Amino acid sequence: MSDLVADKVNMVFNTKGGGTVHALKDISFTLKQGELLSVLGPSGCGKTTLLNIIAGFNRPTGGAFYLGGEEISGPGLNRGMVFQQGALFEWLTVAENVNFGLRMKGSDKKETAQKVEEWLDIVGLQGFGNTPTYQLSGGMQQRVALARCLINDPDLILMDEPLGALDALTREKMQTLVLKIWKETGKTIMIITHSVEEALLLGERLFVMAPRPGRLHKEYQLPFAEQGLTTDPREIKNSAQFSETREEILTMIWNMEEEIMGKTNAA
Amino acid sequence: MIVGTLFIILICLLIGSIIYGRRLVRTEVTDAVFGNPTRALGGWHWIVAGVSSILIIWLYFSWDAGRAFFPKSANELCQVAKLNRTANPIRSAFPLEDRLLRSTLLLERDYGQMDALESKLANTNFNETDRAELQSVISEMRATLAAQADPKLMDPGTAGRLDEIATRINDLAKNIADDNYPSTPDPDREKALAQPAWGETSTEIPPMPMTDLGYKFSKAAEVMDGISKDFSKIRNNGENITAKLEALQARYKGFKIDESDGEEITAQRKELLKQVEKIYRRIDDGKIFPSAMTQKVEDALINLDDVKKSEQGMLRYIDIFALPGGDILAGNRACSEQGSGRWLPKPSDTLQTFVKMAHPDEGYKGIPLLWYKMKPVGEVFEILIPDWIANLVPGEYPRHDDAGNVLTNFKNKVYNFATGNYESMMIPVPIGHIWDSMMRVLAGLFFGIILGVPLGLYMGLSRFAKGFFDPLIELYRPIPPLAWAPLILTIFGIQDDGKIFLLFMVAFAIMVISARTGATGTQLSKIHAAHSLGASKFQIIRKVILPNSLPEILTGIRIAIGVCWGTLVAAEMLAGTTGIGFVENVARKQSDYEIIWMTILLLGLLGLLFDLIMRFIIHRTIPWRGKG
Repeated sequence: MSDLVADKVNMVFNTKGGGTVHALKDISFTLKQGELLSVLGPSGCGKTTLLNIIAGFNRPTGGAFYLGGEEISGPGLNRGMVFQQGALFEWLTVAENVNFGLRMKGSDKKETAQKVEEWLDIVGLQGFGNTPTYQLSGGMQQRVALARCLINDPDLILMDEPLGALDALTREKMQTLVLKIWKETGKTIMIITHSVEEALLLGERLFVMAPRPGRLHKEYQLPFAEQGLTTDPREIKNSAQFSETREEILTMIWNMEEEIMGKTNAA
Repeated sequence: MIVGTLFIILICLLIGSIIYGRRLVRTEVTDAVFGNPTRALGGWHWIVAGVSSILIIWLYFSWDAGRAFFPKSANELCQVAKLNRTANPIRSAFPLEDRLLRSTLLLERDYGQMDALESKLANTNFNETDRAELQSVISEMRATLAAQADPKLMDPGTAGRLDEIATRINDLAKNIADDNYPSTPDPDREKALAQPAWGETSTEIPPMPMTDLGYKFSKAAEVMDGISKDFSKIRNNGENITAKLEALQARYKGFKIDESDGEEITAQRKELLKQVEKIYRRIDDGKIFPSAMTQKVEDALINLDDVKKSEQGMLRYIDIFALPGGDILAGNRACSEQGSGRWLPKPSDTLQTFVKMAHPDEGYKGIPLLWYKMKPVGEVFEILIPDWIANLVPGEYPRHDDAGNVLTNFKNKVYNFATGNYESMMIPVPIGHIWDSMMRVLAGLFFGIILGVPLGLYMGLSRFAKGFFDPLIELYRPIPPLAWAPLILTIFGIQDDGKIFLLFMVAFAIMVISARTGATGTQLSKIHAAHSLGASKFQIIRKVILPNSLPEILTGIRIAIGVCWGTLVAAEMLAGTTGIGFVENVARKQSDYEIIWMTILLLGLLGLLFDLIMRFIIHRTIPWRGKG
């Protein structure tokens, strides 16, 4: 099966001043197929670096990621990525954005059109196929980005703060959509987020990362994602277990930030 | 007729759109805050107002409107100008337009020259007796000048002649004021009416009087001519003065130059004596009169001016208000427009010239401005197929056989095809100066784009390309294209090749820089997205980086068109036998204002056309600009 395995991944950047920054240190974990993972951490802890390495945009300086037993050495169609601002091609229409990957492969046109219809339906954009992308709202753009990524049928979906730029209401709707897609497609999904609530809601598993050097600090197994499939997310958020975990993690991150500030001040 | 109607329509349009604009502002008052950029949106009526203002100004200052409303006034003003011209020799002797009386001016000048002569005499090598003699001659000259200015010493005959001139001028003034003057009808009226009308032959105004008013002034001009000639014959050298002058002449003629002191000193002495003689001749002219004795003539001239003004009536106001910025002057044979009427050609004339030059029957230097010609298809597309393609076909070109027959073979057929040498359908092909200029710009631009854009994108993505090509482009880019022109035109020839290469150089640098800016500005996340969607390197350039750079590239093309257009015209002025710049250059040498003006307008309009097309393209292709 195509599990994601991290084997002692290290990432060291050389700075211009001649020093080094240890962005990731000895990251090891296994993400089973169909799991939903959210990654949380203070800014500068290497979340995005981690994601870029898994996507294949950067190469680690030590260790390796394996997807389905194969080492990751570059971007590939078995991993799809959703970016913070959507990163849509604004010169194309919604449908052209969604079928971009298939067109690059040179797939059959009829089949492609059919697939695009299906996916626009799933993400709730029926009838928007010919709309120019630049006319869409932020939430709709993210829906297009999701469809564009999913249409290629990747094994692993990487999301880099996908809902960060959305307003609260749209955000809740999108969270439900992500859960729905996770359930219906059974894909492995890895989400990076700044929001603790979102991480709790959208994480079957949750990694809290610590900075300097970037490392896995603590791992949680959470029931909320499973609950979210059937229950109203607002109800979950009001449960005692949810608030407790949230407070615990917030305190943890708060302490890390304090520590960084202290370090910076001492230096 | 058409121009007059148009002029009135334009004024109505201007006033109408101003009123409309004012009214529109009144309805907006509630949300009209200064600094709100949306207030600059719309406003086609101000475009109407702007365009009609320009046209009104042009029609007005080129005298086209004046000509349309008062077609005969130029001919009448021409007759007045004739009177002015013939009166000029007398008028210039009096402070009517100048500040000083002519006699005062002459006295001042002659005294000044004698002062200079005296100081020169002091510095020239003469013996004492010679010096004293010459000094005495100069002093005597001063006395003679003073005598000419003295009314008491003036000859009564001369005074009488001056009085007679004054009387004749007064009589003429009386005649002009008389409605029945001249008493006989104009014998040449029919011939005058048959003259080509105002503006029909370039800028000339029909010279023969076509109206009664004109005839009156033309007749008066003839009389005035006689008076002027008689006046210029009068000389103030009566008996008293003649005696003095003769004595003076005897003295300086009798003066012997001492030639014993070497050639150089002798030459100096001769030079001085020559100057004495020169001043003597001036005094001998007798053009200095006592100011009191010429007062009557001056009064008569002022009277004549008054009569002339009042007799012109409306004509004067037409001259001032309908024909602004210059006068009509009469030459020996013809009358001409001066000022803005001369150098600002009339719109209707310009349009006529354009239509004439556009048509192949007239053209300019044998080539029309813009027309079409029927050409076989083969000849038109021959340029697209390189001739050497036939050389690649296996075999030899045919040779004649022993019987002298020239047979053709496949290789030869291919060659004929490549050179367009075959029977084909005739299609219309545009030709002419405008077409040539446009094709040069488009060709230069085309090569600039297809070579510049890929290099620019490459430079935006590769450190090597950026570093390697940057010095080359940055070094030649700031050089004004015209500085290259002499060299390029020498190497590539003055025909199309050189000009297209020059324009290519201009467009290339601009396209490289804009494509590079566009490529550099691509968001990394978009490239990442394309990668993770499985796009290859080439696909990323073609499908992501190129469209992402389109706004910069299109802006670059827009700028390049403008710069190329300017460079082309200048290059065509330097050398060549066709093109708008060539037309203007030839017209410049012939001072043909109409054609110069027409080429300027054409260049402006074509530049505007190019820009509008580019704006349209930009609007259609990158509506997403700034919204990504």
